[in-house]
Amino acid sequence: MSQTLLSAVLLLFLAAIGTAADAQTFINGAGATFPYPVYSKWFDEYNKLHPDVQINYQSIGSGGGIRQVGELTVDFGATDSPMTDEQLEKAKTKLLHFPTVLGAVVPTYNIPGLTGELRFTGEILSGILLGEIKRWNDPGIAKVNPGIKLPTGNIVVAHRSDGSGTTYVWTDYLSKLSKTWEQKVGRGTSVNWPVGLGGKGNEGVSALVKQTPYSVGYVELIYAEHTKLPHGAVQNREGVFVKATLKAISAAAAGAATNMPADFRVSITNPPGKEAYPIASFTWLLIPEKISDPKKGDALAGFLKWMLKDGQKHASDLLYAPLPKEVIAMEEKAIRKIRY
Amino acid sequence: MAKTKSIAGILGEARRHLPRAFGSILAQGSKTGLRFGDRLFRRLTLAFAFSIVALTLLIAYELYRNSVLSIGKFGWGFFWSSTWDPVFQNFGALPFLYGTLVTSFVALAISTPVGLGVAIFLSELAPRWLSDPIAFLVELLAAIPSVLYGLIGIFVLVPIMRSLGAPYGVGMLTAGVLLAVMIVPFITSISREVLMAVPQAQREAALSLGATKWEMTWMAVLPYARSGIVGAIFLALARALGETMAVTMVIGNRPEIKLSFLEPGYTMAAVIANEFTEATYDLYINALVEVGLFLFAVTIVVNALARLLILSVAKKVEVRE
Repeated sequence: MSQTLLSAVLLLFLAAIGTAADAQTFINGAGATFPYPVYSKWFDEYNKLHPDVQINYQSIGSGGGIRQVGELTVDFGATDSPMTDEQLEKAKTKLLHFPTVLGAVVPTYNIPGLTGELRFTGEILSGILLGEIKRWNDPGIAKVNPGIKLPTGNIVVAHRSDGSGTTYVWTDYLSKLSKTWEQKVGRGTSVNWPVGLGGKGNEGVSALVKQTPYSVGYVELIYAEHTKLPHGAVQNREGVFVKATLKAISAAAAGAATNMPADFRVSITNPPGKEAYPIASFTWLLIPEKISDPKKGDALAGFLKWMLKDGQKHASDLLYAPLPKEVIAMEEKAIRKIRY
Repeated sequence: MAKTKSIAGILGEARRHLPRAFGSILAQGSKTGLRFGDRLFRRLTLAFAFSIVALTLLIAYELYRNSVLSIGKFGWGFFWSSTWDPVFQNFGALPFLYGTLVTSFVALAISTPVGLGVAIFLSELAPRWLSDPIAFLVELLAAIPSVLYGLIGIFVLVPIMRSLGAPYGVGMLTAGVLLAVMIVPFITSISREVLMAVPQAQREAALSLGATKWEMTWMAVLPYARSGIVGAIFLALARALGETMAVTMVIGNRPEIKLSFLEPGYTMAAVIANEFTEATYDLYINALVEVGLFLFAVTIVVNALARLLILSVAKKVEVRE
C-alpha cells in the first residue's frame, strides 16, 4: 500500500519536473563584469515577473563575452567597449549592440594634508599619466586649483593591471584630449603604461592609492562611492568642472544621443553639454540579429523591452546612470531588428 | 596495557612470518609466469605512468597550437623584447621572465633555510607535545588560498616594506618575501616527513660515536634524507614559479627590467591571469598563450638546472666524506 503511494508520489513529482522543464526557457549570457550587479538584479526581477524565463549570466569579462557570443556558445554577450569592425566581421553571426546603463570613471587621489577637492583637466591627467607632470605643485595643476595648497611630493600613478572596460573608457578619454597620448599609448582594455603601478581590479587600484602618499589613480564611480574614495572634478568640453554624479553621466549620454549611430557603437567621452561629466560610457548587451530558437528570441526581446522601461529604475538604486529618453526610444525601434 | 602488548606481540610475529609467505608467492609466480591479475596490475600502472607523459606532451602541444600567430609574427624576438603593448600589437616577454625568476629565487633563498630549519627542529629537537601542533599549523598554512596571502600582502607586508625603505612598498622583493611565506609549509612538511623516515639506527650510530645533536643531524640524518629534501625544494620552486594571485597583488605589475629588487616588476603567470579575460583579438591571446608556453619551458629548464646543481654538490660532499 505504502509502496504504491510512494511510487504515485514519485510519478507526480517526475511529471511536475517534466512539465516545468518543458515550459522554462533557459537563456545563457556572458561578458562584462562592470554591469554585473545590475544585470543579476535585472535577471532576477525579470524571472519573478516571468517565471518561465530563466536568464543565467556569467561575468567573465568583455573579451570573453565577445568571443563566446561570436562563437554562439552563449545566447547573448555583454561588453564595456563597443566591438570593433574586425571583431564584428569575425563573429559567426550578425550581432546587435544594445546600450543598457551608463558608468563613469573617476580620478582618485591620496595627498596627505590636502584640504578641498582637486580639479583636473584632460591636459593635466594625460600629463601625469605620460610622466610629464611629476610633482603635485606643477604650475598646470596649480592654475586650475586656485586656493589649494599643493604639496611638492612626487606623483605616483596607479592603474589597472587586469584588462578592463574601465581602462578602455579612461584611455579613450585621454586619447581624445591628448594627441601625444593617442600616438604613444592609445586606447584599449590594457595599454602600455608610460609610468605607474598596476593594481588588480578596482580594489587593487584603490588599495594602492590609499596606501601610497601622493598617488593618483582611476576607479569606477560606483566603487569610489561605495568605498568613499575622494574623487576630483574633471573639466568638460564646455570648460566647466563637473563632478561625476548620475545626473552628470546621463547628461553626457544625452549630449551624445543627438548623433547616435544606428548600431549604438559610440564613445561618449568628452561629450558636448555644460552639465556633462566627460569620462563616461555606455555598457552594451550583444544580441544576435537572428535567433534560431523562437522561444529564446521571444524571451530576449521581451527582456530588452522590460529593461528599457522598468529595468532602468533598478539601475539608479545601484548607482548606475539610467539611459536618456532619446536613446531608449532608439533602442525600442532597434529591438524590431531581431528576427526569430 | 597488557592487551596492547599482546597485540604488538602478534604483529611482531606476523611481521617475522610475512617475508617468508611473500617469498613463496613470488617464487610461485616466477615458476608459472605472471598471473593474470599481476599482468593486469602491471599494465594498468604502466598506463597511468604514461598518461603523465601524454598529458605533458598534450599541454605543450596545445600551448604551441594556440600561440602559432604570435610565434610566427615575433619569432625569437618575443623572448628578448621588453615591450608589451596590446594597443599597438607589439609583444615581448623578457620582463615577465625576469620578474618570475627574481621573485622565485628570492622566495627560495629565504624559505629553504627557514623551512628546513623548522623541519629539523620538529623532527630532531622538539618534544612531541610541541612538534605535533606546530606540524599541524604548518599544514594549515599550506591550505590557505593564495588570494588571502595576497590580501595580507597588500595590507600588512606592503606598508612594512615601504616603512623599511622600498619606494612604493610593492615590488619584486615584496613578492619574493610573500612567496617565501607561502612555500615554507611545502618545504617544512615534506622535509619533516622525510626526516622522520630516517631510520633511528642512523641517529643512534652517530650518537654512539660521540657526535653532538648538530653533528648527528648534519652528518647522519640530512645526507640520508637528501633526495627527499631536494624533492621538497623543487615542489616549492614549482609553486613559486607558477603562483599568480598573491604575486600580482603585491608586485606592482610593471613590465620593466629593473636591477633593484625594490622596484615593481611583473611575472609570467600574473600577466596571463590579468589580461586573458579582456584580450580582445587573436594575436593578443596568442601572445598570452605563448607566455604560458614560455613559462612551461622555463619551469622544465629551471627544474633540470636545479637538479643538476644539487646533484653535483651532493657528489662533491660524498667524495669528501
